Amino acid sequence: MSEDIYVLGIETSCDETAASVVKNGIEIISNVVASQIESHKRFGGVVPEIASRHHVEQITLVIEEALKEADMVPAQLSAVAVTEGPGLVGALLIGVNAAKAFAFAHQLPIVGVHHIAGHIYANRLAQEMQFPLLALVISGGHTELVYMNEHGHFDVIGETRDDAAGEAYDKVARTLNLPYPGGPHIDRLAHESNKPVDFPRVWLEEGSYDFSFSGLKSSVLNYMHNAAQRGDQVEPADVAAGFQNSVVEVVTAKTLRAAEQYKVKQVIAAGGVAANKGLRASLEKAFAEKGTPFFIPPLSLCTDNAAMIAAAGTIMYEKGIRGNMAMNGRPGMEMDSWI
Amino acid sequence: MIYLGIDTSNSPLAIALAKEDTIIIEETTNLKINHSLTAMPAVEEMMKKAKIAPANLTHIAVAQGPGSYTGVRIGLTIAKTLAWSLKIPLHMVSSLKVLAANGQNFDGIICPLMDARRGTAFMAAYQGETLDSVIADQHSEVKDFILRLKELGRPVLFVGIDVEIHKEVIHEILGEQASFAAPQNRLPRASNLIMLAKQSEEQNVHHAVPEYRRITEAEANYNKAQGGEKS
Repeated sequence: MSEDIYVLGIETSCDETAASVVKNGIEIISNVVASQIESHKRFGGVVPEIASRHHVEQITLVIEEALKEADMVPAQLSAVAVTEGPGLVGALLIGVNAAKAFAFAHQLPIVGVHHIAGHIYANRLAQEMQFPLLALVISGGHTELVYMNEHGHFDVIGETRDDAAGEAYDKVARTLNLPYPGGPHIDRLAHESNKPVDFPRVWLEEGSYDFSFSGLKSSVLNYMHNAAQRGDQVEPADVAAGFQNSVVEVVTAKTLRAAEQYKVKQVIAAGGVAANKGLRASLEKAFAEKGTPFFIPPLSLCTDNAAMIAAAGTIMYEKGIRGNMAMNGRPGMEMDSWI
Repeated sequence: MIYLGIDTSNSPLAIALAKEDTIIIEETTNLKINHSLTAMPAVEEMMKKAKIAPANLTHIAVAQGPGSYTGVRIGLTIAKTLAWSLKIPLHMVSSLKVLAANGQNFDGIICPLMDARRGTAFMAAYQGETLDSVIADQHSEVKDFILRLKELGRPVLFVGIDVEIHKEVIHEILGEQASFAAPQNRLPRASNLIMLAKQSEEQNVHHAVPEYRRITEAEANYNKAQGGEKS
């Protein structure tokens, strides 16, 4: 019998300082997340310099807590996995340098993980993956459809050409004077509407799996602007519902079509926007009708966390991939396959 | 007692190892290469050369700023993570004081300087062999700070690679009162950092953060907007 693999994951790509210990890539032993949302709220979004400052304050505390919760000492670890990119460069640097220093101090191997690969592998912490599979990654920074035919193979078949879905949610929320982060507020309001505004659906050219949300966002802004000029009362719930309907319809249809064309055995969703109730319900219904297994991990694994980085890092570690002391934060990192 | 010193607070990278009171290796690189890429490999290489394993280290010394925000954070993150991982004391020294140490024997005021753009810099005034503080580390308009130095009426030695950027205004205001460190004395030396660290108190590792000496632009704008609303 082979030995158990314990990987320490570290994630600092945006506004969460996180560390976690995962066993064999599937079992969470500890999962610690220090969120900065409260400090960024007053600015209406994440301020990169402030995010970096918070990461330095939290990093060793969070790693220590993750080890304490796991009741483990560094010598029991097999490797350290850290988010190498993409993300905010100043934020990534804290995790990467802390991971390198920790790995050096304890003479442990280090692996650099792609943040989106992490989001996808969050699923494996809840349920084993079945290949070939399609992953819908949808968050404040990403909107991508990724096809995988085995562990470590990633084929990005569609991605956003402008704003990420979550970014559009935040911008629309701001015009409706909803607090940051806006996604959950729009989701809640949308359910209160009886007559959603009819906003356009952006399909792009036929057969494309790419997304575009900036046109939709502009339509919402124009609608608000015109209403204000006419002196009309706008019902925020109707705007929220109209916007959400457009996003959900396009994302559901493209995910469904991709799943059919690529004949996948399983469809998984990942990222903060995957927690959106409207989107979740629509995807669940669509795939239930098709009979394709569809899965979304619990909310705590959809948002940024380090367990997902440890989970993805475990597969990389098993495949013999190693980083070194020259590892750097890579804000524009591409998602390459590991094989 | 084995000290590892790391200074990444401006574009040069300075690292050193000291055993008791002997500096075993010190290295300063002035190549403007990303510290995130070079700092850990340089430390790893230096320790290998000195045949010192991470577990042999007994103290970590780091330059705590002010300086480049990102630069200071990289050094501090490495230093605090090493100190915490190895369960050894962490010592922090002002990045400006580390520079000032290059002029330790100067009879007058030592003014370390790191450029912070738009006519501003991180500056301080120190004096004597014990590097006593005359004017505290701060972010200032270069011109305003030099006018304060002029009032002291004593010779001033400027230290740091960014001195070149402000040479003209320094000359203009201080004239003969100003002198400049020779090129070999402008770069930070981690040996100085370690010697200063030995006189400093041990820090709480978890709470160790950079001394930025400046709030973020977003916070400054926010405070301004808040003030504007009140009036």
